[in-house]
Amino acid sequence: MRLINMRPARPGAVLLAAVPFVVLLVAYSIASDMRLAANPQDKLLPAPATIAETAQRLFTVPDKRSKEILLWQDTAASLARLLGGVGISAALSLIFGLAIGLLPYARATLSRFVAVLSMVPPLALLPILFIVFGLGELSKVVLIVIGITPFMTRDLAQRVMDIPKEQIVKAQTLGASSWVIAARVALPQVLPRLISNVRLSLGSAWLFLIAAEAVASNVGLGYRIFLVRRYLAMDVILTYVIWITLLAFVIDWLLKTVSRRAFPWMEAGL
Amino acid sequence: MSFVSVRNVWQRYGDRSILERVSVTAEEGEFVSIVGASGCGKSTFLRMLLAEERPYKGEISIEGGATAVEPNRERGVVFQKYSVFPHLTVRDNLMAAEGFQTRFGRLRGAARKEAAARADQMLTRIGLSHVAQQFPASLSGGMQQRLAIGQALTAKPRILLLDEPFGALDPGTRLQMHDFLMELRDETNMTVFMVTHDLEEAFKLGDRVLVFDKPRWDPQDPNVIGATITYDFDARHGGMPHQDILDHFPSLAAG
Ligand SMILES: Nc1ncnc2c1ncn2[C@@H]1O[C@H](COP(=O)(O)OP(=O)(O)OP(=O)(O)O)[C@@H](O)[C@H]1O
Ligand SMILES: [Mg+2]
Repeated sequence: MRLINMRPARPGAVLLAAVPFVVLLVAYSIASDMRLAANPQDKLLPAPATIAETAQRLFTVPDKRSKEILLWQDTAASLARLLGGVGISAALSLIFGLAIGLLPYARATLSRFVAVLSMVPPLALLPILFIVFGLGELSKVVLIVIGITPFMTRDLAQRVMDIPKEQIVKAQTLGASSWVIAARVALPQVLPRLISNVRLSLGSAWLFLIAAEAVASNVGLGYRIFLVRRYLAMDVILTYVIWITLLAFVIDWLLKTVSRRAFPWMEAGL
Repeated sequence: MSFVSVRNVWQRYGDRSILERVSVTAEEGEFVSIVGASGCGKSTFLRMLLAEERPYKGEISIEGGATAVEPNRERGVVFQKYSVFPHLTVRDNLMAAEGFQTRFGRLRGAARKEAAARADQMLTRIGLSHVAQQFPASLSGGMQQRLAIGQALTAKPRILLLDEPFGALDPGTRLQMHDFLMELRDETNMTVFMVTHDLEEAFKLGDRVLVFDKPRWDPQDPNVIGATITYDFDARHGGMPHQDILDHFPSLAAG
Protein backbone atom coordinates (compact mmCIF):
# COMPACT_ATOMS: atom_id res chain seq x y z
CA MET A 1 0.00 0.00 0.00
CA ARG A 2 1.24 3.48 -0.79
CA LEU A 3 2.32 5.72 2.08
CA ILE A 4 -0.11 8.41 0.92
CA ASN A 5 -3.01 6.00 1.45
CA MET A 6 -2.08 4.81 4.92
CA ARG A 7 -4.16 6.55 7.58
CA PRO A 8 -4.00 6.29 11.38
CA ALA A 9 -7.17 5.02 13.06
CA ARG A 10 -8.93 7.26 15.62
CA PRO A 11 -7.24 6.31 18.95
CA GLY A 12 -3.91 5.98 17.18
CA ALA A 13 -4.26 9.45 15.71
CA VAL A 14 -4.71 11.01 19.13
CA LEU A 15 -1.63 9.17 20.40
CA LEU A 16 0.37 10.29 17.38
CA ALA A 17 -0.63 13.89 17.99
CA ALA A 18 0.63 13.58 21.59
CA VAL A 19 4.00 12.13 20.59
CA PRO A 20 5.84 15.37 19.71
CA PHE A 21 4.69 17.01 22.93
CA VAL A 22 5.85 14.08 25.03
CA VAL A 23 9.16 13.92 23.16
CA LEU A 24 9.76 17.61 23.76
CA LEU A 25 8.93 17.31 27.45
CA VAL A 26 11.14 14.25 27.94
CA ALA A 27 14.03 15.79 26.01
CA TYR A 28 13.79 18.94 28.12
CA SER A 29 13.66 16.98 31.37
CA ILE A 30 16.72 14.94 30.44
CA ALA A 31 18.70 17.99 29.38
CA SER A 32 17.69 19.87 32.50
CA ASP A 33 18.59 16.88 34.70
CA MET A 34 21.99 16.60 33.08
CA ARG A 35 22.80 20.28 33.59
CA LEU A 36 21.53 20.32 37.16
CA ALA A 37 23.51 17.16 37.98
CA ALA A 38 26.66 18.91 36.78
CA ASN A 39 25.85 22.19 38.53
CA PRO A 40 22.89 22.44 40.95
CA GLN A 41 23.01 26.26 40.67
CA ASP A 42 22.40 26.17 36.91
CA LYS A 43 19.67 28.59 35.87
CA LEU A 44 19.46 27.94 32.17
CA LEU A 45 17.21 24.87 32.16
CA PRO A 46 15.23 24.77 35.41
CA ALA A 47 13.62 21.47 36.31
CA PRO A 48 9.97 21.07 35.29
CA ALA A 49 9.05 20.90 38.97
CA THR A 50 10.74 24.27 39.55
CA ILE A 51 8.82 25.78 36.66
CA ALA A 52 5.57 24.43 38.07
CA GLU A 53 6.39 25.94 41.45
CA THR A 54 7.28 29.27 39.91
CA ALA A 55 4.14 29.22 37.82
CA GLN A 56 2.00 28.64 40.87
CA ARG A 57 3.69 31.52 42.64
CA LEU A 58 3.32 33.83 39.64
CA PHE A 59 -0.36 33.08 39.24
CA THR A 60 -1.33 33.38 42.89
CA VAL A 61 1.08 35.44 44.99
CA PRO A 62 0.67 39.24 44.83
CA ASP A 63 3.63 41.50 44.35
CA LYS A 64 4.98 42.82 47.67
CA ARG A 65 5.03 46.45 46.66
CA SER A 66 1.92 46.84 44.51
CA LYS A 67 -0.15 44.14 46.20
CA GLU A 68 -1.28 43.03 42.77
CA ILE A 69 -0.61 39.74 41.02
CA LEU A 70 1.74 40.89 38.27
CA LEU A 71 1.00 38.07 35.88
CA TRP A 72 -2.67 38.94 35.70
CA GLN A 73 -1.86 42.61 35.32
CA ASP A 74 0.51 41.80 32.49
CA THR A 75 -2.04 39.53 30.88
CA ALA A 76 -4.79 42.14 31.04
CA ALA A 77 -2.56 44.86 29.62
CA SER A 78 -1.22 42.69 26.79
CA LEU A 79 -4.58 41.23 25.84
CA ALA A 80 -6.15 44.69 25.74
CA ARG A 81 -3.43 45.90 23.37
CA LEU A 82 -3.56 42.75 21.27
CA LEU A 83 -7.32 42.59 20.93
CA GLY A 84 -7.53 46.34 20.38
CA GLY A 85 -4.97 46.20 17.59
CA VAL A 86 -6.39 43.10 15.98
CA GLY A 87 -9.95 44.41 16.28
CA ILE A 88 -9.08 47.70 14.63
CA SER A 89 -7.17 45.88 11.90
CA ALA A 90 -10.07 43.55 11.24
CA ALA A 91 -12.50 46.46 10.93
CA LEU A 92 -10.16 48.45 8.67
CA SER A 93 -9.36 45.49 6.46
CA LEU A 94 -13.05 44.71 6.12
CA ILE A 95 -13.94 48.24 5.05
CA PHE A 96 -11.01 48.68 2.68
CA GLY A 97 -11.16 45.10 1.42
CA LEU A 98 -14.82 45.48 0.47
CA ALA A 99 -14.18 48.87 -1.13
CA ILE A 100 -11.18 47.67 -3.15
CA GLY A 101 -12.90 44.44 -4.12
CA LEU A 102 -16.18 46.00 -5.22
CA LEU A 103 -15.47 49.53 -6.41
CA PRO A 104 -13.24 50.02 -9.46
CA TYR A 105 -12.45 53.56 -8.33
CA ALA A 106 -11.31 52.42 -4.89
CA ARG A 107 -9.32 49.62 -6.53
CA ALA A 108 -7.59 52.02 -8.91
CA THR A 109 -6.76 54.37 -6.06
CA LEU A 110 -5.79 52.01 -3.26
CA SER A 111 -4.74 48.56 -4.39
CA ARG A 112 -1.16 49.55 -5.31
CA PHE A 113 -0.83 51.61 -2.18
CA VAL A 114 -1.88 48.73 0.05
CA ALA A 115 0.47 46.38 -1.81
CA VAL A 116 3.41 48.72 -1.16
CA LEU A 117 2.33 49.28 2.42
CA SER A 118 2.37 45.57 3.09
CA MET A 119 6.06 45.49 2.09
CA VAL A 120 7.10 47.99 4.79
CA PRO A 121 8.76 46.10 7.66
CA PRO A 122 6.63 47.23 10.61
CA LEU A 123 9.29 46.77 13.27
CA ALA A 124 11.50 49.24 11.45
CA LEU A 125 8.77 51.80 12.03
CA LEU A 126 8.71 51.19 15.76
CA PRO A 127 11.05 54.10 16.65
CA ILE A 128 8.93 56.44 14.54
CA LEU A 129 5.78 55.20 16.25
CA PHE A 130 7.29 55.84 19.67
CA ILE A 131 8.25 59.34 18.61
CA VAL A 132 4.89 60.13 17.03
CA PHE A 133 2.52 58.34 19.39
CA GLY A 134 4.58 58.38 22.56
CA LEU A 135 5.51 55.43 24.75
CA GLY A 136 1.95 54.73 25.89
CA GLU A 137 -0.65 52.26 24.70
CA LEU A 138 -1.28 53.95 21.38
CA SER A 139 2.08 53.22 19.78
CA LYS A 140 1.78 49.50 20.59
CA VAL A 141 -1.71 49.23 19.18
CA VAL A 142 -0.67 51.19 16.09
CA LEU A 143 2.28 48.87 15.51
CA ILE A 144 -0.06 45.87 15.45
CA VAL A 145 -2.47 47.69 13.16
CA ILE A 146 0.26 48.72 10.73
CA GLY A 147 1.76 45.26 10.90
CA ILE A 148 -1.26 43.17 9.98
CA THR A 149 -3.82 45.42 8.28
CA PRO A 150 -2.23 45.57 4.79
CA PHE A 151 -2.00 41.81 4.49
CA MET A 152 -5.56 41.27 5.72
CA THR A 153 -6.86 44.00 3.41
CA ARG A 154 -5.18 42.52 0.34
CA ASP A 155 -6.48 39.08 1.09
CA LEU A 156 -10.04 40.25 1.73
CA ALA A 157 -10.07 42.39 -1.41
CA GLN A 158 -8.96 39.33 -3.37
CA ARG A 159 -11.71 37.25 -1.77
CA VAL A 160 -14.31 39.84 -2.70
CA MET A 161 -13.06 39.81 -6.29
CA ASP A 162 -13.24 36.02 -6.26
CA ILE A 163 -16.99 36.12 -5.62
CA PRO A 164 -18.42 34.90 -8.94
CA LYS A 165 -19.41 37.81 -11.14
CA GLU A 166 -22.70 36.02 -11.76
CA GLN A 167 -23.75 36.66 -8.17
CA ILE A 168 -22.99 40.37 -8.37
CA VAL A 169 -24.92 40.65 -11.64
CA LYS A 170 -27.76 38.63 -10.21
CA ALA A 171 -28.02 40.95 -7.22
CA GLN A 172 -28.22 43.92 -9.57
CA THR A 173 -31.06 42.31 -11.50
CA LEU A 174 -32.86 42.03 -8.16
CA GLY A 175 -32.48 45.78 -7.73
CA ALA A 176 -29.67 45.79 -5.16
CA SER A 177 -27.70 49.03 -4.76
CA SER A 178 -23.90 49.01 -4.40
CA TRP A 179 -24.38 49.34 -0.67
CA VAL A 180 -26.80 46.40 -0.49
CA ILE A 181 -24.45 44.29 -2.60
CA ALA A 182 -21.63 45.10 -0.20
CA ALA A 183 -23.68 44.46 2.93
CA ARG A 184 -25.83 41.52 1.84
CA VAL A 185 -23.82 39.70 -0.82
CA ALA A 186 -20.11 40.39 -0.32
CA LEU A 187 -19.83 40.97 3.42
CA PRO A 188 -21.46 37.72 4.59
CA GLN A 189 -19.38 35.74 2.13
CA VAL A 190 -16.04 37.19 3.24
CA LEU A 191 -16.73 37.17 6.99
CA PRO A 192 -15.50 33.59 7.38
CA ARG A 193 -12.37 34.64 5.54
CA LEU A 194 -11.97 37.62 7.85
CA ILE A 195 -11.99 35.28 10.82
CA SER A 196 -9.42 33.00 9.27
CA ASN A 197 -7.30 36.06 8.43
CA VAL A 198 -7.46 37.12 12.05
CA ARG A 199 -6.38 33.64 13.07
CA LEU A 200 -3.46 33.78 10.66
CA SER A 201 -2.46 37.28 11.75
CA LEU A 202 -2.52 36.61 15.48
CA GLY A 203 0.98 35.16 15.34
CA SER A 204 2.37 38.36 13.84
CA ALA A 205 0.26 40.44 16.18
CA TRP A 206 1.83 38.73 19.20
CA LEU A 207 5.25 39.26 17.70
CA PHE A 208 4.69 42.98 17.24
CA LEU A 209 3.14 43.29 20.67
CA ILE A 210 5.97 41.59 22.50
CA ALA A 211 8.56 43.55 20.52
CA ALA A 212 6.89 46.85 21.37
CA GLU A 213 6.49 45.89 25.02
CA ALA A 214 10.10 44.77 25.22
CA VAL A 215 11.31 48.13 23.98
CA ALA A 216 9.16 50.50 26.00
CA SER A 217 6.53 49.61 28.57
CA ASN A 218 5.97 49.21 32.26
CA VAL A 219 3.45 46.40 32.19
CA GLY A 220 2.70 43.53 29.83
CA LEU A 221 3.74 39.97 29.13
CA GLY A 222 6.55 40.96 26.77
CA TYR A 223 7.77 43.63 29.15
CA ARG A 224 7.99 41.14 32.01
CA ILE A 225 9.89 38.57 29.97
CA PHE A 226 12.51 41.08 28.95
CA LEU A 227 12.70 42.49 32.46
CA VAL A 228 13.45 39.19 34.19
CA ARG A 229 15.86 38.23 31.43
CA ARG A 230 18.37 40.40 33.29
CA TYR A 231 18.24 38.03 36.26
CA LEU A 232 18.33 34.98 34.00
CA ALA A 233 15.01 33.91 35.57
CA MET A 234 14.37 31.16 33.07
CA ASP A 235 11.60 29.66 35.18
CA VAL A 236 9.65 32.93 34.95
CA ILE A 237 10.34 33.34 31.25
CA LEU A 238 9.25 29.79 30.47
CA THR A 239 6.08 30.20 32.51
CA TYR A 240 5.26 33.34 30.56
CA VAL A 241 6.05 31.68 27.23
CA ILE A 242 3.83 28.72 28.01
CA TRP A 243 1.09 31.09 29.24
CA ILE A 244 1.29 33.17 26.04
CA THR A 245 1.17 30.02 23.93
CA LEU A 246 -1.87 28.86 25.85
CA LEU A 247 -3.60 32.23 25.39
CA ALA A 248 -2.85 32.20 21.68
CA PHE A 249 -4.16 28.67 21.39
CA VAL A 250 -7.40 29.46 23.23
CA ILE A 251 -8.03 32.58 21.12
CA ASP A 252 -7.45 30.58 17.96
CA TRP A 253 -9.78 27.83 19.14
CA LEU A 254 -12.48 30.33 20.04
CA LEU A 255 -12.30 31.95 16.62
CA LYS A 256 -12.45 28.59 14.92
CA THR A 257 -15.51 27.61 16.94
CA VAL A 258 -17.25 30.91 16.28
CA SER A 259 -16.55 30.59 12.57
CA ARG A 260 -18.01 27.11 12.43
CA ARG A 261 -21.12 28.08 14.37
CA ALA A 262 -21.74 31.33 12.57
CA PHE A 263 -21.37 30.18 8.99
CA PRO A 264 -23.26 26.93 8.57
CA TRP A 265 -23.64 27.55 4.85
CA MET A 266 -19.90 27.07 4.40
CA GLU A 267 -20.22 23.45 5.37
CA ALA A 268 -23.57 22.71 3.82
CA GLY A 269 -21.85 21.38 0.73
CA LEU A 270 -19.68 18.90 2.59
CA MET B 1 -43.04 49.13 -31.60
CA SER B 2 -41.69 45.76 -30.64
CA PHE B 3 -41.36 44.76 -27.03
CA VAL B 4 -37.64 44.12 -27.29
CA SER B 5 -35.74 45.70 -30.12
CA VAL B 6 -32.06 45.28 -30.94
CA ARG B 7 -30.92 47.66 -33.68
CA ASN B 8 -27.63 47.25 -35.50
CA VAL B 9 -25.62 46.20 -32.46
CA TRP B 10 -21.84 45.70 -32.61
CA GLN B 11 -19.50 44.50 -29.94
CA ARG B 12 -15.74 44.30 -29.88
CA TYR B 13 -13.04 43.58 -27.29
CA GLY B 14 -9.85 45.43 -28.09
CA ASP B 15 -9.52 45.02 -31.85
CA ARG B 16 -11.38 41.72 -31.86
CA SER B 17 -14.77 42.05 -33.40
CA ILE B 18 -17.20 39.69 -31.66
CA LEU B 19 -20.63 40.71 -32.93
CA GLU B 20 -21.63 42.93 -35.79
CA ARG B 21 -24.83 44.18 -37.35
CA VAL B 22 -27.06 42.28 -34.94
CA SER B 23 -30.67 43.36 -35.36
CA VAL B 24 -33.64 41.50 -34.01
CA THR B 25 -36.98 42.22 -32.45
CA ALA B 26 -39.12 40.14 -30.15
CA GLU B 27 -42.73 40.44 -29.08
CA GLU B 28 -43.96 40.26 -25.52
CA GLY B 29 -44.34 36.66 -24.42
CA GLU B 30 -42.05 35.28 -27.09
CA PHE B 31 -39.51 32.59 -26.24
CA VAL B 32 -36.36 33.10 -28.26
CA SER B 33 -33.71 30.36 -28.31
CA ILE B 34 -30.17 31.27 -29.31
CA VAL B 35 -27.72 28.72 -30.68
CA GLY B 36 -24.31 28.93 -32.30
CA ALA B 37 -20.75 27.60 -32.19
CA SER B 38 -18.81 27.89 -28.96
CA GLY B 39 -17.17 31.28 -28.58
CA CYS B 40 -19.21 32.98 -31.29
CA GLY B 41 -20.67 35.57 -28.93
CA LYS B 42 -23.98 34.20 -27.66
CA SER B 43 -23.20 35.03 -24.04
CA THR B 44 -21.89 38.40 -25.15
CA PHE B 45 -25.24 39.09 -26.79
CA LEU B 46 -27.05 38.04 -23.64
CA ARG B 47 -24.78 40.21 -21.49
CA MET B 48 -25.73 43.18 -23.65
CA LEU B 49 -29.43 42.40 -23.32
CA LEU B 50 -28.76 42.22 -19.60
CA ALA B 51 -26.93 45.58 -19.77
CA GLU B 52 -23.98 44.04 -17.98
CA GLU B 53 -22.09 45.30 -21.03
CA ARG B 54 -22.91 48.16 -23.35
CA PRO B 55 -22.77 47.62 -27.09
CA TYR B 56 -19.88 49.20 -28.93
CA LYS B 57 -22.44 50.48 -31.41
CA GLY B 58 -26.20 50.20 -31.72
CA GLU B 59 -29.21 50.26 -29.43
CA ILE B 60 -31.10 47.79 -27.32
CA SER B 61 -34.44 48.83 -25.93
CA ILE B 62 -37.25 47.25 -24.00
CA GLU B 63 -40.63 48.80 -24.83
CA GLY B 64 -38.97 51.75 -26.52
CA GLY B 65 -36.81 52.68 -23.53
CA ALA B 66 -33.22 53.88 -23.83
CA THR B 67 -30.28 51.46 -23.90
CA ALA B 68 -29.69 50.55 -20.25
CA VAL B 69 -26.30 51.25 -18.69
CA GLU B 70 -26.38 48.64 -15.95
CA PRO B 71 -28.43 45.60 -14.94
CA ASN B 72 -31.77 46.37 -13.29
CA ARG B 73 -35.01 44.74 -12.28
CA GLU B 74 -36.34 44.85 -15.82
CA ARG B 75 -34.03 42.01 -16.72
CA GLY B 76 -33.95 38.71 -14.85
CA VAL B 77 -31.13 36.26 -15.39
CA VAL B 78 -30.19 32.65 -14.72
CA PHE B 79 -26.65 31.51 -15.46
CA GLN B 80 -25.37 27.99 -15.80
CA LYS B 81 -24.11 28.22 -12.21
CA TYR B 82 -23.52 30.68 -9.35
CA SER B 83 -27.00 32.12 -9.88
CA VAL B 84 -28.11 31.82 -6.27
CA PHE B 85 -26.53 33.16 -3.11
CA PRO B 86 -24.69 30.40 -1.24
CA HIS B 87 -24.90 32.13 2.15
CA LEU B 88 -28.71 32.45 2.11
CA THR B 89 -31.15 29.64 2.72
CA VAL B 90 -33.46 28.61 -0.09
CA ARG B 91 -36.29 30.71 1.29
CA ASP B 92 -34.02 33.70 1.97
CA ASN B 93 -32.81 33.48 -1.62
CA LEU B 94 -36.40 34.02 -2.75
CA MET B 95 -36.97 36.76 -0.17
CA ALA B 96 -33.83 38.50 -1.45
CA ALA B 97 -35.60 38.98 -4.77
CA GLU B 98 -37.93 41.38 -2.96
CA GLY B 99 -35.67 42.58 -0.17
CA PHE B 100 -32.56 43.54 -2.12
CA GLN B 101 -34.26 46.49 -3.77
CA THR B 102 -34.93 48.16 -0.43
CA ARG B 103 -32.61 50.64 1.19
CA PHE B 104 -30.94 48.21 3.58
CA GLY B 105 -31.43 45.10 1.53
CA ARG B 106 -33.97 43.44 3.78
CA LEU B 107 -37.65 43.66 4.52
CA ARG B 108 -39.15 44.26 7.93
CA GLY B 109 -42.45 43.82 9.70
CA ALA B 110 -45.58 43.39 7.61
CA ALA B 111 -43.77 43.65 4.29
CA ARG B 112 -41.52 40.83 5.40
CA LYS B 113 -44.48 38.64 6.37
CA GLU B 114 -46.12 39.19 3.00
CA ALA B 115 -42.89 38.48 1.15
CA ALA B 116 -42.44 35.32 3.21
CA ALA B 117 -45.93 34.18 2.22
CA ARG B 118 -45.18 34.83 -1.45
CA ALA B 119 -41.83 33.05 -1.07
CA ASP B 120 -43.65 30.03 0.35
CA GLN B 121 -46.04 30.03 -2.60
CA MET B 122 -43.10 30.16 -4.98
CA LEU B 123 -41.39 27.38 -3.05
CA THR B 124 -44.43 25.19 -3.55
CA ARG B 125 -44.55 26.22 -7.18
CA ILE B 126 -40.91 25.23 -7.81
CA GLY B 127 -41.18 22.13 -5.61
CA LEU B 128 -38.64 23.17 -3.00
CA SER B 129 -40.83 23.56 0.10
CA HIS B 130 -39.16 20.63 1.79
CA VAL B 131 -35.73 22.26 1.61
CA ALA B 132 -36.77 25.82 2.46
CA GLN B 133 -34.34 26.09 5.37
CA GLN B 134 -31.38 24.47 3.63
CA PHE B 135 -28.47 26.18 1.94
CA PRO B 136 -28.06 25.92 -1.84
CA ALA B 137 -24.87 23.85 -1.60
CA SER B 138 -26.88 20.93 -0.23
CA LEU B 139 -29.27 20.99 -3.21
CA SER B 140 -28.91 19.03 -6.44
CA GLY B 141 -28.02 20.89 -9.62
CA GLY B 142 -31.59 20.75 -10.90
CA MET B 143 -33.00 22.07 -7.63
CA GLN B 144 -30.47 24.92 -7.62
CA GLN B 145 -31.53 25.93 -11.13
CA ARG B 146 -35.21 25.74 -10.18
CA LEU B 147 -34.41 28.01 -7.26
CA ALA B 148 -32.51 30.37 -9.55
CA ILE B 149 -35.45 30.56 -11.95
CA GLY B 150 -37.91 31.03 -9.10
CA GLN B 151 -35.72 33.78 -7.67
CA ALA B 152 -35.50 35.56 -11.00
CA LEU B 153 -39.28 35.35 -11.51
CA THR B 154 -40.01 36.62 -8.00
CA ALA B 155 -38.51 39.96 -9.06
CA LYS B 156 -41.06 40.05 -11.94
CA PRO B 157 -38.65 41.11 -14.70
CA ARG B 158 -39.83 42.26 -18.14
CA ILE B 159 -37.53 39.81 -19.88
CA LEU B 160 -35.85 36.68 -18.59
CA LEU B 161 -32.37 35.82 -19.85
CA LEU B 162 -31.08 32.26 -19.57
CA ASP B 163 -27.47 31.39 -20.40
CA GLU B 164 -27.24 27.61 -20.84
CA PRO B 165 -29.39 27.20 -17.73
CA PHE B 166 -29.58 23.43 -18.04
CA GLY B 167 -26.09 22.90 -19.47
CA ALA B 168 -24.73 21.25 -16.35
CA LEU B 169 -27.69 18.93 -15.73
CA ASP B 170 -28.10 15.27 -16.59
CA PRO B 171 -30.52 14.44 -19.43
CA GLY B 172 -33.34 13.25 -17.16
CA THR B 173 -33.25 16.32 -14.97
CA ARG B 174 -33.01 18.45 -18.08
CA LEU B 175 -36.30 17.02 -19.38
CA GLN B 176 -37.98 17.74 -16.06
CA MET B 177 -36.64 21.27 -16.19
CA HIS B 178 -38.12 21.68 -19.68
CA ASP B 179 -41.58 20.77 -18.39
CA PHE B 180 -41.07 23.05 -15.41
CA LEU B 181 -40.06 25.99 -17.59
CA MET B 182 -42.91 25.44 -20.08
CA GLU B 183 -45.45 25.43 -17.24
CA LEU B 184 -44.03 28.60 -15.75
CA ARG B 185 -44.15 30.21 -19.16
CA ASP B 186 -47.77 29.33 -19.72
CA GLU B 187 -48.58 30.86 -16.35
CA THR B 188 -46.58 34.06 -16.67
CA ASN B 189 -46.36 34.79 -20.41
CA MET B 190 -42.72 35.72 -19.90
CA THR B 191 -40.51 37.04 -22.67
CA VAL B 192 -37.48 34.76 -22.63
CA PHE B 193 -34.09 34.68 -24.34
CA MET B 194 -32.30 31.40 -23.83
CA VAL B 195 -28.81 30.46 -24.99
CA THR B 196 -28.29 26.73 -25.39
CA HIS B 197 -25.96 24.25 -27.04
CA ASP B 198 -28.73 21.71 -27.39
CA LEU B 199 -30.55 22.18 -30.70
CA GLU B 200 -33.38 19.92 -29.69
CA GLU B 201 -33.91 21.96 -26.55
CA ALA B 202 -33.77 25.17 -28.58
CA PHE B 203 -36.57 24.03 -30.91
CA LYS B 204 -38.63 22.35 -28.22
CA LEU B 205 -38.80 25.36 -25.92
CA GLY B 206 -38.42 28.27 -28.30
CA ASP B 207 -40.96 30.05 -30.49
CA ARG B 208 -37.99 31.13 -32.53
CA VAL B 209 -34.45 29.91 -32.86
CA LEU B 210 -31.73 32.45 -33.68
CA VAL B 211 -28.48 31.09 -35.07
CA PHE B 212 -25.33 33.14 -34.47
CA ASP B 213 -22.45 32.67 -36.90
CA LYS B 214 -19.85 34.62 -38.82
CA PRO B 215 -21.41 35.67 -42.12
CA ARG B 216 -18.04 35.74 -43.90
CA TRP B 217 -14.53 34.62 -43.14
CA ASP B 218 -11.54 36.85 -43.54
CA PRO B 219 -8.77 34.41 -44.47
CA GLN B 220 -6.05 36.80 -43.25
CA ASP B 221 -7.46 37.57 -39.85
CA PRO B 222 -10.51 35.77 -38.44
CA ASN B 223 -10.84 38.42 -35.73
CA VAL B 224 -11.84 41.19 -38.08
CA ILE B 225 -15.33 39.93 -38.73
CA GLY B 226 -17.78 39.33 -35.92
CA ALA B 227 -20.73 36.98 -35.75
CA THR B 228 -24.29 37.97 -36.47
CA ILE B 229 -27.69 36.33 -36.67
CA THR B 230 -27.54 34.16 -39.78
CA TYR B 231 -30.88 32.34 -39.36
CA ASP B 232 -34.09 33.14 -37.59
CA PHE B 233 -36.26 30.02 -37.55
CA ASP B 234 -39.90 29.87 -36.65
CA ALA B 235 -39.89 27.03 -34.14
CA ARG B 236 -43.59 26.84 -33.35
CA HIS B 237 -45.56 23.80 -34.42
CA GLY B 238 -42.54 21.58 -34.24
CA GLY B 239 -40.48 23.84 -36.48
CA MET B 240 -42.84 23.60 -39.46
CA PRO B 241 -43.95 27.09 -40.46
CA HIS B 242 -47.42 28.13 -41.62
CA GLN B 243 -49.15 25.33 -39.67
CA ASP B 244 -51.57 27.91 -38.34
CA ILE B 245 -52.09 29.67 -41.63
CA LEU B 246 -55.74 28.64 -41.74
CA ASP B 247 -56.34 30.43 -38.45
CA HIS B 248 -55.03 33.59 -40.00
CA PHE B 249 -56.57 33.17 -43.44
CA PRO B 250 -59.70 30.99 -43.07
CA SER B 251 -60.64 31.80 -46.63
CA LEU B 252 -57.87 29.51 -47.87
CA ALA B 253 -59.74 26.49 -46.50
CA ALA B 254 -62.66 27.07 -48.82
CA GLY B 255 -60.61 26.64 -51.97
N1 LIG C 1 -14.65 40.56 -21.41
C1 LIG C 1 -14.07 40.02 -22.50
N2 LIG C 1 -12.88 40.50 -22.95
C2 LIG C 1 -12.29 39.97 -24.04
N3 LIG C 1 -12.78 38.95 -24.76
C3 LIG C 1 -13.96 38.42 -24.36
C4 LIG C 1 -14.66 38.92 -23.22
N4 LIG C 1 -15.80 38.21 -23.07
C5 LIG C 1 -15.81 37.32 -24.08
N5 LIG C 1 -14.71 37.44 -24.85
C6 LIG C 1 -14.43 36.68 -26.06
O1 LIG C 1 -15.51 36.86 -26.92
C7 LIG C 1 -15.84 35.66 -27.59
C8 LIG C 1 -17.30 35.36 -27.44
O2 LIG C 1 -17.53 34.98 -26.11
P1 LIG C 1 -18.93 34.45 -25.59
O3 LIG C 1 -18.78 34.09 -24.17
O4 LIG C 1 -19.98 35.43 -25.93
O5 LIG C 1 -19.13 33.14 -26.46
P2 LIG C 1 -20.31 32.09 -26.40
O6 LIG C 1 -20.94 32.07 -27.73
O7 LIG C 1 -21.20 32.34 -25.25
O8 LIG C 1 -19.51 30.77 -26.19
P3 LIG C 1 -19.91 29.46 -25.35
O9 LIG C 1 -20.85 28.70 -26.21
O10 LIG C 1 -18.62 28.74 -25.18
O11 LIG C 1 -20.52 29.90 -24.07
C9 LIG C 1 -14.94 34.58 -27.05
O12 LIG C 1 -13.93 34.33 -27.97
C10 LIG C 1 -14.36 35.19 -25.79
O13 LIG C 1 -13.02 34.79 -25.66
MG1 LIG D 1 -21.53 31.37 -23.37
